Amino acid sequence: MDWQSAKELRDKIRTGETSSVEATEAVFERIANSEPAIGAYISTFEKSAIDKAREIDKRIANGEAVGELAGVPVAIKDNMCTTFGTTTCASKILKNFHAPYNATVVDKLIAADAVIVGKTNLDEFAMGSSTENSSLKQTVNPWDIKRVPGGSSGGSTAAVAAGLCCAALGSDTGGSIRQPASFCGVVGLKPTYGRVSRYGLVAYGSSLDQIGPITRTVGDCALMMNVITGHDEKDSTSVSESVVPACNYLEKLDEPISGLKIGIVPGLNTGSDSDVQKAISGAIEVYKKLGAEIIEVEMPHFDYAIAAYYVIATAEASSNLARYDGVHYGHRTKNPKDYIEVYTKSRAEGFGKEVKRRIMLGTYALSSGYYDAYYLKALKVRNLIRGDFTKAFERCQAILMPVSPTTAFKIGEKVDDPLKMYLSDIYTIAANLAGVPGISIPCGFDKNNLPVGLQILTPAFSEDKLLRISRMFEAQTDWHKKKPAIR
Amino acid sequence: MGKRIDQTEVRKVAKLSRLDLSEEEIAEFTGQLSAILDYVAKMNELDTAGVEPLAHCLPISNVFREDVVKESLGTEKTLANAPDRDGEFFKVPKILEEP
Repeated sequence: MDWQSAKELRDKIRTGETSSVEATEAVFERIANSEPAIGAYISTFEKSAIDKAREIDKRIANGEAVGELAGVPVAIKDNMCTTFGTTTCASKILKNFHAPYNATVVDKLIAADAVIVGKTNLDEFAMGSSTENSSLKQTVNPWDIKRVPGGSSGGSTAAVAAGLCCAALGSDTGGSIRQPASFCGVVGLKPTYGRVSRYGLVAYGSSLDQIGPITRTVGDCALMMNVITGHDEKDSTSVSESVVPACNYLEKLDEPISGLKIGIVPGLNTGSDSDVQKAISGAIEVYKKLGAEIIEVEMPHFDYAIAAYYVIATAEASSNLARYDGVHYGHRTKNPKDYIEVYTKSRAEGFGKEVKRRIMLGTYALSSGYYDAYYLKALKVRNLIRGDFTKAFERCQAILMPVSPTTAFKIGEKVDDPLKMYLSDIYTIAANLAGVPGISIPCGFDKNNLPVGLQILTPAFSEDKLLRISRMFEAQTDWHKKKPAIR
Repeated sequence: MGKRIDQTEVRKVAKLSRLDLSEEEIAEFTGQLSAILDYVAKMNELDTAGVEPLAHCLPISNVFREDVVKESLGTEKTLANAPDRDGEFFKVPKILEEP
């Protein structure tokens, strides 16, 4: 069994054209065939998934009401807490951690009657751009197994691209949904900060992290957003619905946006590979044909986003990861000679190199004598970047740019040069600093048959428009219909 | 900003970070952190005098709720992941030294 979209599958399950058991079994058959090569999952739940699918089929047969994702096999990035299975964050320090509660998004998926297939691989604690920093396994790109799937949500995007689930959740702190979505040729949305509850998401950079959907189509992305968004009193940064009303993202998805003004930033694409530039130029032409007016906007502080991000995110990470003390949960060193060694050796043994590097960088930036020069300076730069977006969005409804300067790079290519790896996030980070939503949608392929993603950014809390603008493009193109050979 | 970080400073930061790093890691991190901090110094090109620091992209303020008793996780769930426990307590090596 094969299908293009989660929504289509859901509708077929509802009408009885197919069953959730049939769909779920097909997914697990593909997992049995392809997962050993792709390595997208840290854990899978075949028995409970089939049981859940059977229950959904029975309820539908009995004419009972079912949720928005009834019977659809979905996956969850393994940095979201689940009471079932483990929540590892792809880290040795949490290898055997059983969360005592579900993340709010997980509860919402369950309430929507989704069938949870498994938990996907990631860069340890979501720190990375290639999923090479996972301490547990390597995920590869389904389009070319010698290449990375992107990161940190590389497990989720590889799973969606390879048909090992119909949709997945990822988290995005500096591009960790959009960049791997671009590398794997799927749709990935980072919602506005505050739109989706972060309760139960293992914190990396709290003021930047946001959970979002990874899907094959824009419509599926809208469907997933309908399920996961909304105010959550358990997350103090979740936005109240009295401030930002709830929205049905599917309802107006296909409505054209008349008089659309789209901004592009002159000179911004020049750092990208020629194939990426070509695909983005092609996308701009599609929007022109759709009647959009393309205008030039300035983003004078964009080039400083990576510098500000790696100070702010690591500062927050150093604070968030201080909780791993070897006392309450997680790995503890064997035979510590005193309580200090419980901390220092447990952490040294449990964390991988990239996590240690970021904790060190953040601790340095927050330490006495450097706070003003690094942390405070970065927060001021963040304000300038937000100002760039505010000014640009006074003139246009959306901004187009690449997701990444390159397509998927080879495994091991950047692993020994962290700065080089960090610079690959140049186009995605600014949205997290400003809190605006951003999406990656497939917009072409390079000469190696690797997918290229188009990034679209819109003002805060305008995901409905962002999805409609994305859908306009998708409806005119076939890029999202191409599938990798490994399935 | 822009001063090169040396191994002494990296050792100090490792101590503050509660990370017991090997000599090899200290050497590796010194080079890598220097390169990253050199790059971060790029922010000095910007005049930020008079710019407000932005810790959060939304106008976040304290959130209050009624002070009502709610069910908590409970002892067993809280201790379920403890690397070592003694009955209802987390067990750690002794903290106070012999007098």
